[in-house]
Amino acid sequence: MKAFTYSRASSPAEAAAEAAATPNAKFIAGGTNLLDLMKLQIETPAHLIDVNGLGLDSIEPTPEGGLRIGALVRNTDLAADARVRRDYALLSRALLAGASGQLRNKATTAGNLLQRTRCVYFYDPRQPCNKRAPGSGCAAMGGVARQLGLVGVSESCIATHPSDMAVAMMALDAVVETIGADGISRRIALQDFYRLPGETPQIEHDLRPGELIQAVILPPPLGGAQIYRKVRDRASYAFALVTVAAVIQPDGSGRLAAGGIAPRPWRVEAADAALPQGGAEVSAALLDGARPRPDNAFKQPLLARTITAALAQAREMQGKEMMS
Amino acid sequence: MIGGDEFDISRRAVLLGGGALAGAGPVRAATRKETDMQDSPTMMEVSFSVNGEARRLRLDTRTSLLDALREHLQLTGSKKGCDHGQCGACTVLVQGRRINSCLSLAVMHEGDEITTIEGLGQPGELHPMQAAFLHHDGFQCGYCTPGQICSAVAVLAELQAGIPSHVSPSLTEAPTLSEAELRERMSGNICRCGAYSNIMEAMREIAGEPA
Ligand SMILES: Cc1cc2nc3c(=O)[nH]c(=O)nc-3n(C[C@H](O)[C@H](O)[C@H](O)COP(=O)(O)OP(=O)(O)OC[C@H]3O[C@@H](n4cnc5c(N)ncnc54)[C@H](O)[C@@H]3O)c2cc1C
Ligand code: SF4
Ligand code: FES
Ligand code: FES
Repeated sequence: MKAFTYSRASSPAEAAAEAAATPNAKFIAGGTNLLDLMKLQIETPAHLIDVNGLGLDSIEPTPEGGLRIGALVRNTDLAADARVRRDYALLSRALLAGASGQLRNKATTAGNLLQRTRCVYFYDPRQPCNKRAPGSGCAAMGGVARQLGLVGVSESCIATHPSDMAVAMMALDAVVETIGADGISRRIALQDFYRLPGETPQIEHDLRPGELIQAVILPPPLGGAQIYRKVRDRASYAFALVTVAAVIQPDGSGRLAAGGIAPRPWRVEAADAALPQGGAEVSAALLDGARPRPDNAFKQPLLARTITAALAQAREMQGKEMMS
Repeated sequence: MIGGDEFDISRRAVLLGGGALAGAGPVRAATRKETDMQDSPTMMEVSFSVNGEARRLRLDTRTSLLDALREHLQLTGSKKGCDHGQCGACTVLVQGRRINSCLSLAVMHEGDEITTIEGLGQPGELHPMQAAFLHHDGFQCGYCTPGQICSAVAVLAELQAGIPSHVSPSLTEAPTLSEAELRERMSGNICRCGAYSNIMEAMREIAGEPA
C-alpha cells in the first residue's frame, strides 16, 4: 500500500472542500472496497478523508412520503430498518443478498454505490485493463468473461457493476443527493448517475472532483409485490451472475432493473412496458443491442428465466394476499 | 520518514482535523505535495479500548486494525487468512458488531471498544461459545476458529436483535432460529478444514436449540 495522510472531516461541506483542494484525495467510509484496492495499489490516494463522523447515518422520512437514507448508513442497518422492510422490501432483500454479515456491518450506502467492478483483470495489476490503466487494453476481451457484461459495454471495457443494493435502488427510481466543493447540494437521479464505459471506462459516475454523497432519496412507497432474485455460483457470499429487482402491481404492470449484465444496474423503459407480457419479452427488451461473449452468452437465457421466476413469485405473493 | 517540526505540525493539524482548525489551511499543510512522498510513512496516534483495556498507539496510517492488534498489541488470536475481506479469520467485535479487521484502518477506530477472541474468554474462564466449540469439535487446525467464534457470538446477537437475513422467509416478522439462518449468517467465515457441521452443533447448543 502507498503511504497516505489521513484526516477526519467535521462537516459535509468541509469534507467536499478539502477533497477538492487536496491532490489525489479520496473519501473513506466503510473502507471495505477502497482498502482492498489500496492493498493491491489499484487505488493509490495520497490523502484519505474519513467521512464516518459526519452524522450522515440516519434514515429520515421525506415531506413527499419517501425516505432519505444518509450516505453513511450501514448496509446492515438499512436492510434491518422497519420502514425499509415494510415499504421497500426489494431493497432489504438486495442488501441481504450481498457480501457477508461482517462486511454489511461496515459497508455504507454511498460506498456501496461507488464500489468498483470485480472484473478479475481489473484486480490483477499485471494485466492490461483500460479501467485501471487507461489505454492499456482490455484483458477480458480475449480472456475469461463469464462474470462480465453483455449490454451497455464497449470495445474498451465489458465490466459489470457489482452492487446488489444499487439494482434495487435503480428499480425504485432513487435519487443521489450530493454536496459539492462549493457547498452547493444537487440531486442526480440514479438513472443518470452512472456513466457507460465508451472509450473512458475509468470514468464511472457523474460526481465532480471533491463532490460528496450525502444521502440517497427514495420516492414514496410503490406497494406491489417486491422481489429481488440473485443467481450466483454459491448460495451465499458470492457476487451475482444475474440479478433482478422488481416491483409488480396486481394488474401485472411494474418496473424492473437487472444486475450482473451491464456496467450499471440496467433499467430500460421498453422492458418495464413489456412486464405484462412475460419474462422472455422483458429480457429481450433489456438485452436489446447486447454483445455477448462466448462464455457469458449463457446470461441471456438465464436472465429471461430469472425474470420469469420473479414474475411467478409476484403472482404467488399476490395470490396469497388475496386469500388472506 | 518525515522528521522534525514540520511533521509535528502536520500531525497535530491532522489529528485536530475537526473543530476550529479544520478547513483548507492546516489540513492542507499535512498533505504531501509529491506523489513520491507516498513511499515514506505518515505516523499518527490513535486511542481505543481493546478487551476493556485503554490502548494508545502511534502507527503508520496504513496499519489495518488486524495488524495493530496482532503486531502492535501482540493479540495474535485474530488471524490473517486473506487480508481482503474474503475469509472472516480476522473477525473481531467493534462496538459490539462483528467486522473484518483486515479491511479497516486502525486510525479509523479512535475511541472505539474492540473485543477480540482473547477478550471473549481465557483458558479457565471460557466464553460459553468457546466451550461449545471445544465440546463439539468445532475445528481441526484452528486457524479460522477465533473468527468463527467472534462471528458466532455476533450472529446470535443479530438474531436476538431481529436483524433479517437472506434466508428469512418474512421481512416483517422477526427472524426465527433455524439451521438455515445460522448457516447463511456464518457464510462470511470460511473453514479450510470443513468443520462446518460441528460449528453448527456448537452454535445450536448456545442458541438453546436441541442439537
Ligand atoms: C469479499 C467481498 C464480497 C462482497 N460481496 C458483495 C456482494 O455480493 N454484493 C455487493 O453488492 N457487494 C459486495 N461486496 C462489496 C461491498 O458491498 C462494498 O465493498 C461496500 O458496499 C463498499 O462500501 P464502503 O462504505 O466500505 O466503501 P469504501 O470502501 O469506504 O468506499 C468505496 C468508494 O466510495 C467512495 N465513497 C465512500 N463514501 C463516499 C461518499 N459519501 N461520497 C463520495 N464518495 C464516497 C470512496 O472514496 C471509495 O472510492 C463484497 C466485498 C467483499 C470484500
Ligand atoms: S473488462 Fe474493463 S475492468 Fe475488465 S479488464 Fe477490460 S477494461 Fe479492465
Ligand atoms: S483476513 Fe480478513 S477476511 Fe480474511
Ligand atoms: S479449523 Fe482449519 S480452517 Fe477452520
